[in-house]
Amino acid sequence: MPEIALVEAINLALARAMGEDASVIVLGEDVGRDGGVFRATDGLLARFGPERVLDTPLAEAAIAGISVGLAAQRFRPVAEIQFMGFAYSTIDQMLNQAARLRTRTRGRLTCPMVLRMPAGGGVHAPEHHSESGEACFTNIPGLRVVYPSSPKRAYGLLLAAIRDPDPVVFLEPTRLYRAAREDVADDGVALPLDRCFTLREGGDITLVGWGAIVRDMLAAADRLAAEGRQAEVIDVATLVPFDAASILASVARTGRCVICHEAPLTAGFGAEIAAQLAGPGLMSLLAPVERVTGWDTVMPLPRLEMQYIPGVERILAAARRSLRHG
Amino acid sequence: MTTETAAQFSVSFTRYIDADGHPTGPLPDFAAQAANLLPLYRAMVLTRAFDARAVALQRTGRLGTFASSLGQEAVGIGAASAMAPGDVLLPSFRDQSAQLWRGVTPLELLLYWGGDERGSDFAGPREDFPISVPVASHAPHAAGVALAFALRKEKRASVCILGDGATSKGDFYEALNMAGPWHLPMVMLVNNNQWAISVPRAAQTAAATLAQKAIAAGIPGEQVDGNDVVAVRDAVARALSRAREGGGATLVEAVTYRLSDHTTADDARRYRDDKAVTASWHGEPIARLRAYLVSQGTWSREDEEHALADATAAIDKATETYLATPPQPLAAMFDHLFAELPPSIRAQRTQALGGETPDA
Repeated sequence: MPEIALVEAINLALARAMGEDASVIVLGEDVGRDGGVFRATDGLLARFGPERVLDTPLAEAAIAGISVGLAAQRFRPVAEIQFMGFAYSTIDQMLNQAARLRTRTRGRLTCPMVLRMPAGGGVHAPEHHSESGEACFTNIPGLRVVYPSSPKRAYGLLLAAIRDPDPVVFLEPTRLYRAAREDVADDGVALPLDRCFTLREGGDITLVGWGAIVRDMLAAADRLAAEGRQAEVIDVATLVPFDAASILASVARTGRCVICHEAPLTAGFGAEIAAQLAGPGLMSLLAPVERVTGWDTVMPLPRLEMQYIPGVERILAAARRSLRHG
Repeated sequence: MTTETAAQFSVSFTRYIDADGHPTGPLPDFAAQAANLLPLYRAMVLTRAFDARAVALQRTGRLGTFASSLGQEAVGIGAASAMAPGDVLLPSFRDQSAQLWRGVTPLELLLYWGGDERGSDFAGPREDFPISVPVASHAPHAAGVALAFALRKEKRASVCILGDGATSKGDFYEALNMAGPWHLPMVMLVNNNQWAISVPRAAQTAAATLAQKAIAAGIPGEQVDGNDVVAVRDAVARALSRAREGGGATLVEAVTYRLSDHTTADDARRYRDDKAVTASWHGEPIARLRAYLVSQGTWSREDEEHALADATAAIDKATETYLATPPQPLAAMFDHLFAELPPSIRAQRTQALGGETPDA
């Protein structure tokens, strides 16, 4: 079982899905001959041919839009948007069309498509290449939003997303494309959608987040352990539909929660978790809910980006604040 | 310095039957026997009767906002009658004529416009798309459907109908552009009815024709008299036949006039002169074809009365059933959201149905 990077796990899952189901086709800008700007689709053209790996014209809205048409015709398109900053012109298609086709036609037409894209910062990319816009998609009923944080979960969740009968926005943490490496078995086993993953158990405090910051949460948990405090680390993984029950169950044990995400604070998806904790989770809380997030500012250019992206120190500070209560 | 012509283009305009019902020359094969045009005529009459009924129902509070196709019946009937059952229609919100021809029932149309999603669960053309309300957003779907046909090597095509305003939108250009290099079996039919709500065609674009927008995409574009059902059908039939043979996409601009308000929520007198509207009644598609059929001895006053009575009877029946159809149960909101409702939303469903407030 080889150790591979997250982007290679994506590639492995794409190849596996294409191999097992002829209706799966990959499309997007530079996904064919170039193998994708991050090489997520590397080798797929050679293996599956130009009718299943399509280099599209440069038109994000239409990439999403033709995927709706293909999906309604029983294909399973997996469309790549090169960077999340270019995905916003797909929102009309995803919100008004993809997410609603089943509802609008009472199930007569469906939309089993995946719109995948790298998200988040930390790779010194140019302007508009580093944003975390997941909250733009999480308020769209009918859409799943998935955001893995490790090669294994990227592999298993992408397989699940492709096999799912409904549209999925699949976000891939750019910062971990090469940095996250682990053994991944190419066994074709999908991981469950709509469920959180507890990566580390601990009874003192719950750290919950998604995407690249999960690695920082794990590092913070190591540091807390050295201080004698055991943190439970939860990767939300599928933001929508949201598995609040797992988080509430964890906080029922720990009484404390730090919500971590790279996206801006206000109306970020962390606010939904905080609302769940303030509602059904309220009586479990021993300390105020902490949120460690990107600032409510425009994502800065690379020289300042690591001061925008919350790191281990900010997570630790929030966890210690929480642990001082009660 | 040298300068030479890099490329040259022209856009044709085709008409077979003029505004007074006189043929401009020999008609295409399908219209050579005037009797072959009777189903098209009856379908236009049905559409007009349907529109009138829908507007009346809206005015009396029994239907939601509705977009009449008054004066543009030939666009949809011309296009749909050129299609094969296996082709896929992607209509905009003013294409009930094409939908009716394709087998969407008056009842389904009334249900949809009356606010019931079951109206888009067509029993007839199962693969046709529901109408597109966000203007031009269905253009890329038509490209995707056409791509599916091309990938499966099926001799089928998609037909996307959109308005003149839609040709200003990015989705329209993106889809048209993709159709070029991929030789997609797709027909883009522009219903140029001169008005995008209050914005006249001349304010929409400085282009001399909308058909010429195809030229930049590298696909054929042509203009036809959109009030001449023979011209519309002929152009769409030629485009479909080329599409099925691997010849790629075509843009057809059907030049017509919106004789009605934009929708029942609109009052066009606020922004356009009634005189221009009155003048545009001359040459409208139904009177035009009727004049031709009468001149050919294939249509009589009794035929007309029968056609109107048949249309009215069909719509009366649909109206009666529509008005007697109870709303869907509340649970329907949830039950078509995903193939299987996720647990978190299941709790909301329970709550909406009056059950316990969920814990999470």
